[in-house]
Amino acid sequence: MFTFEYFLSQLVNGLKLGSVYAMVAIGYSMVYGILRLINFAHGDIMTVGVYTILVLTTAFGMPLWITVLISIIISVLVGLTAERVAYRPLRDAGEETTLISSLAVSILIQNLLVMIFSPQRVAFHLPEYLSKLYTFGTVRLSTINIITFISVFVILILLSYMIKYTRIGMAMRACSDNMNAAKLMGININTVVVVAFIIGSGLAALSGLMLAGEYKTIDPLMGFVPGLKAFSAAVLGGIGSLSGAVLGGFILGVAEMLFAGLMPTEITPYRDAFVFLLLILVLLIKPNGILGSSDGGRS
Amino acid sequence: MLKINNLCVKYDTIRAVHDVSIKINDGELVAMIGANGAGKSTILKTISRIIKAESGSIFFNGKDITKSTSHEIVAMGIIHVPEGRQIFTKMTIEENLKLGAFLENNKSKINENFEKAISLFPLLEERLKQIAGTLSGGEQQMLAIGRALMGSPKLLLLDEPSMGLSPLMTQQVFDALLQLKKEGITMLLVEQNAYDAMEISDRTYILETGKITMSGNSKELIEDPNIKAAYLGGE
Repeated sequence: MFTFEYFLSQLVNGLKLGSVYAMVAIGYSMVYGILRLINFAHGDIMTVGVYTILVLTTAFGMPLWITVLISIIISVLVGLTAERVAYRPLRDAGEETTLISSLAVSILIQNLLVMIFSPQRVAFHLPEYLSKLYTFGTVRLSTINIITFISVFVILILLSYMIKYTRIGMAMRACSDNMNAAKLMGININTVVVVAFIIGSGLAALSGLMLAGEYKTIDPLMGFVPGLKAFSAAVLGGIGSLSGAVLGGFILGVAEMLFAGLMPTEITPYRDAFVFLLLILVLLIKPNGILGSSDGGRS
Repeated sequence: MLKINNLCVKYDTIRAVHDVSIKINDGELVAMIGANGAGKSTILKTISRIIKAESGSIFFNGKDITKSTSHEIVAMGIIHVPEGRQIFTKMTIEENLKLGAFLENNKSKINENFEKAISLFPLLEERLKQIAGTLSGGEQQMLAIGRALMGSPKLLLLDEPSMGLSPLMTQQVFDALLQLKKEGITMLLVEQNAYDAMEISDRTYILETGKITMSGNSKELIEDPNIKAAYLGGE
């Protein structure tokens, strides 16, 4: 009953979704790698970025590229504020404490957005030149899909280079390896953390645009579950490893779309459950994720 | 060079260091000995501002550094070789050494320090591309000291460099410290290995439950019968 073409189109849909997860997962991984902080608010920062774009385009009629720039700036500011107010004061209090704090930030952002914009789902349209569809048999791709896919790899390469060869990248790896020793080298931990949050939040804003372009509707809670899935992707691929985050993102995206497309319609509403089940199964076999190093966390 | 006045440090509610005053002169190697939990490491951590002082002050070359940040302190030339080495285990030896020079921008100074570090510990040079976590305890200690030298130290804070090392390794590490002393680096050496530490040092402070109970010339203290009984295994 399923043709190869159908399978192929679901596979491509999976890659589209996967590239969004991958981009969010990179940001998650940057922050987690350094602070061991699971930043639940990461997905909601993505929502902030999307609403910024929506307001600026509908109310002020700005061209998309300007709104994207501003949305990146706003998202970064929100991310940095969360870091300064909710995470930095708790940095010595343990990982569980900052995790709870990030949940609080997440709920706060969601509710602020509900207050400002109402919980109503609203339409979100990309300009024609981004939503233009190209059809190859049963496979349909829009310009934004192609841009997203390519940007994931460009960002992966740029960040990997930065981490490996630049001074701030060395400092990031040092902090990830041993935060105390990094301090004794004269590394300003706050600078490193701020850079990680800037990169993470900026990527969240970009991925928000891509996610909204795919869903075509947005609501104040839209970021949370994709955020969780992106975190799962990062864990699946091997947390702390950027290539792992990307790999995990694609695996989750493809698995989700194949499940949704190939399973009987009665069980497809459980696609989220399936994704998290997949995560649990992989972690049972490889506790540090697919590309994770054997010692996992901080030594 | 370093002057600590009436330092008190608390962990939560427990006072770990009580009214400690220490003075270190230029070029001196000063030992600080005492039992586990006496507060030795706490004093070093307070100097490099890993933890905050409750009260008291710390002066370095006449400048009050009690409230400086840890990276400002490193920039002044106070380099801390922490307890348990704390090398970057997932990075190569070369990267560990480079990180030691994180605040040094002068390329030729970095090269000079690098030469100094590997001439002191030649085995590091053979293994520059090796992941540091694979080194033995003694080699890791050498790397930790070598890494500290990369930061152009004026004052080295050494926290139990002999911990977990064989007597032979300990000897090598202490020989290296004497070599550094000859080159004019001032050092504060915290040790449980009291005899060796007193033997290579100029002066010694003895710490008991957060207080200094005795201090003086190492050569004299080493002959003191009370100290012999308490710290040197008696005779």
